[in-house]
Amino acid sequence: MNQAAVVAGEAGWELPSRNRVGMVCFIVAESAMFVIFVVAYLFYLGKSPYGPTPEQALSLPVANTICLLSSSGTIAWAVRALRRGRLATFAVAWGATAALGALFLAGTGREWARLVHHERLTPATNLFGTTYYSLVGLHAFHVTVGLVLLTTVLMLTLFGKLHRRYTEHVEVLALYWHFVDCVWIVVFSVVYVIGR
Amino acid sequence: MTGEAAVTTREVEARFWQRLHEWIVTVDHKRLGVMYVLYALLFLLIGGSEALLIRLQLVAPHNTLLAPQTFNRLFTLHGTTMVFFVGMPLIFGFANYLVPLMIGARDMAFPRLNAFSFWMSAFAGLLLYFSFLGAEGLYGAGSAPDVGWFAYAPLTSRAFSRGHSTDYWILSIFLSGVGSIGTAVNIITTVLSRRCPGMTLGKLPLLCWFYVVDSVLVLVGVPPLAAAQLMLLADRFLGAHFFDTQAGGSAVLWQHFFWIFGHPEVYILMIPGWAFASEIIPVFSRKAIFGYPVLVGAVIAIGFVSLSVWAHHMFAVGMSMTANTFFMVATLLVGIPTGIKIFNWIGTMWGGKIRLATPMLFCIAFIGQFLIAGLTGIMLAAVPFNWQLTDSTFVVAHFHFMLVGSLLFTVFAAFYYWFPKVTGRMLDEKLGKLHFWLFLVGFHLTFTVMHIPGLLGMPRRIYTYEPGRGWETLNLVITIGAFFQAAGVACFLVNLVRSLHKGKLAGPDPWDAWTLEWSTSSPPPEYNFAVVPTVRSRRPLWDLKHPEDPDWVYE
Amino acid sequence: MGDAPANIFAAVSAPASRTSELSLFVLAVTGAIFFVVFGLTIVAVVRFRRRDTDDGREPPQVYGSNQLETAWTVVPVLIVLVLALTTARVIQSIQGVTRPANAIDVIVIGHQWWWELRYPGLGIVTANELHVPVSDPLAPTPTWLTLLSADVAHSFWVPRLAGKTDLIPNRVNHMWIAPTAPGVYVGQCAEYCGTQHAKMLLRVYVHPRDEFERWAQAQRQGDPQVPSELDAVVAGRRVFESNACINCHSVAGTVGNGRYGPDLTHLMSRATLAAGAAPLSPETLRAWIRDPNGIKPGAHMPAMKLTEQQIDQLVQFLLTLH
Repeated sequence: MNQAAVVAGEAGWELPSRNRVGMVCFIVAESAMFVIFVVAYLFYLGKSPYGPTPEQALSLPVANTICLLSSSGTIAWAVRALRRGRLATFAVAWGATAALGALFLAGTGREWARLVHHERLTPATNLFGTTYYSLVGLHAFHVTVGLVLLTTVLMLTLFGKLHRRYTEHVEVLALYWHFVDCVWIVVFSVVYVIGR
Repeated sequence: MTGEAAVTTREVEARFWQRLHEWIVTVDHKRLGVMYVLYALLFLLIGGSEALLIRLQLVAPHNTLLAPQTFNRLFTLHGTTMVFFVGMPLIFGFANYLVPLMIGARDMAFPRLNAFSFWMSAFAGLLLYFSFLGAEGLYGAGSAPDVGWFAYAPLTSRAFSRGHSTDYWILSIFLSGVGSIGTAVNIITTVLSRRCPGMTLGKLPLLCWFYVVDSVLVLVGVPPLAAAQLMLLADRFLGAHFFDTQAGGSAVLWQHFFWIFGHPEVYILMIPGWAFASEIIPVFSRKAIFGYPVLVGAVIAIGFVSLSVWAHHMFAVGMSMTANTFFMVATLLVGIPTGIKIFNWIGTMWGGKIRLATPMLFCIAFIGQFLIAGLTGIMLAAVPFNWQLTDSTFVVAHFHFMLVGSLLFTVFAAFYYWFPKVTGRMLDEKLGKLHFWLFLVGFHLTFTVMHIPGLLGMPRRIYTYEPGRGWETLNLVITIGAFFQAAGVACFLVNLVRSLHKGKLAGPDPWDAWTLEWSTSSPPPEYNFAVVPTVRSRRPLWDLKHPEDPDWVYE
Repeated sequence: MGDAPANIFAAVSAPASRTSELSLFVLAVTGAIFFVVFGLTIVAVVRFRRRDTDDGREPPQVYGSNQLETAWTVVPVLIVLVLALTTARVIQSIQGVTRPANAIDVIVIGHQWWWELRYPGLGIVTANELHVPVSDPLAPTPTWLTLLSADVAHSFWVPRLAGKTDLIPNRVNHMWIAPTAPGVYVGQCAEYCGTQHAKMLLRVYVHPRDEFERWAQAQRQGDPQVPSELDAVVAGRRVFESNACINCHSVAGTVGNGRYGPDLTHLMSRATLAAGAAPLSPETLRAWIRDPNGIKPGAHMPAMKLTEQQIDQLVQFLLTLH
């Protein structure tokens, strides 16, 4: 009966891809969450009644930052290669992205080990410890999730299961990775530049 | 004979398990929608019973029916249940069922995410109530959360809340938040990328527009709560100091974080109510909605403003004069788009031919009650007035006018309106009207009267009160009203169960309505539409029924 | 409603009376809006309901009207403007006041579930019953409250004197009252603060100036205890000093100097017990000491497991604390 509701099929009816819209929505939600942790960090800057303070404990994580930021470049390179069907290039660039991500995590791990053992800073030490570990940790958690996904795609590529038709899925994953990178820029500015 | 009977029993049993299995593993938006709603109804009964107990305790001064600890747990559970496990699943249930049908889609954009979100919310609700059994913990203190639904720090710290009841509360709300965010992502994506040909954003049914705005608010409003819950969890388990006032932490920061969620949440719950009203009022007035673009603009404006009014819950915490004035102005601004909406609904009825069927009765009562809720909201925005009213029963009456008088009334309207679509049978009109009148009388006995003790100095959340303050008679009346409401809900439930089998057959379009869900059979097939429809206006079925005077000529 | 001792509209102090005037104005405006809009709704429903004689044809379809939409946007904007300006002025008149030099200072500290009241300028410490002088509108002597909390969030609310302000740990809040009529005004904690939030009552005694001076004189800390010859009193004092009472309670002139519970130096000058949970009398005092949870379930004061004789002696001692 609803046939009649169909009025001359409209040509060129195109809608945004669901994967991309979904990921953008997800990123909006994630950003809202990060904002709260950033606000908590800034609000408690200098309010710890006792040390260690950021000035005493933190040093600029330059290598880490370079790793993570350049991984945004490699993942963009990988996506472009996949779009053109160059699977080998894709595998190399994608692998590089994962490696850079892993390096970043290792760097964070080293920093935390130093803070815990040498600076005696834990989440329970003072407000700085509380807000620092939660903000940096939340970001590191997102890197870890991204890394697991990156590795999964890398495995699929190496076993020859990745096809050009999955370009969109890979692009959406890259979008997430770029987001994690952007968050790092914010975290870096807030924790290591403004907060020190 | 016996052998045969045994076989049939076994067959029936097998069929039961198979159907149960189908429902549990389903990713169909309609089944998930129904499950959301049933789940919400179950929790409505639980939360409602808690409310009745609360009212029985307050029926007379110095009543000893409930111990103070029990009373505090009851209002904490009542608030948490009604917001997170009745309100949210109800609005998401209706969205799940209706949005794909109204935009001519075959399912939500992410069916599996949809199922995941539902089960997340379902699990979260169980977790909240599991705290009755599991929260004894090492200290043997507390068996259910008793920190109030907004759980102000530092009452939630280990020192003041021993045992694990607060931990169950935190986890339960966190998980329900995960479910809500998943569904919000799904609704936005479905509307943006699953519309049938011809349905531009300007031709989207209002309900879908409202739900998109609603979902955006979920995306920006719920994660802050999740973040705050993570912080509280860190405080309780890792010795962190976010809200630890002994280590320089701020108790007010929790309030900010909570209300940055909490205020948008009020709109998250209310917007679907407006959405139902905006679909139902036109059909029963037999007129197109008045001022469609203005309504869309108004709801978007409310979405924006609602993000900058949270601290009007905190006028008494001692904010600066500037902050108080800012949040007062921002809150008053909400009144403008709200007024526009009410006028547009009246404009829709004006000049129509109003059919006073049950869904419309609920909508008309909604307009009046929503108006009152908005006006008491203006009183609460006037900061000095707020200093008197906040945390009194006046505020309780105010937000129940929103959540019961506005949201629940439109939800009942939505039940009577869409039940035929979901089940293929009409709800009984006689029982429906009885439900309406009982509930209306009970609602006003309870919540209209509840404003007054607040004006006479009665704080909220007290398990008992002193005689001689002029509150006794009022509280007695409030409690009587609660039982009228309970009777109304009982009528409703009887109606649901009876009509499921004995209701009049509905046919595809019992209300002579205009949106796409009425173009398919009742209940709709699993694939919704045999042929994906194409539309040319906001009321495709009007065009179909009135080829001589179609809408698309005017739009 | 004549018997409502906490009616916000029966204001007897500056913040509450200014608030009450604003409230009546807002009520008038919102009331007018209600009658207009609700009236329109009723007219629409009655006038445009479908009649039995209906011909079954659809009514004319109207999709909107720019003039109407503009009208019902502009009018609310104007109303909001008026309300915002009026409210801003009243906020200013309450929050924008600086402390006059002759104000009485009181520090109010919220505890689970009682009020600690300290008068730093007068050297007085008391609990649950706030005494202030009346403030002559021509030569105001307002009372300046500094609000602190020892544990969780509380809220100070005596409706006839002022709106509420929260007491929040690790935060200092202020409010003021300038009552113009002597009398007793009741209120209670208005922010949920745990089990006994309901029984955290508050009484404010507003005295004429000279009466207040006399009260303050009698309350001065460090007044030497009147030495009692009564054996029971001496024994009661020994019970007080040799039990855990002194960990939480202070009585000037004894070894008791705890601050976790109310100061008892002038206990008998108060009318109520346990933050208003019971009237103060020898019987309630005895019942309270025997089992605080019987009067106020969840109260932090433990039952000390004293013998009946010890309780009698202790009560005899407490009764001397005027």
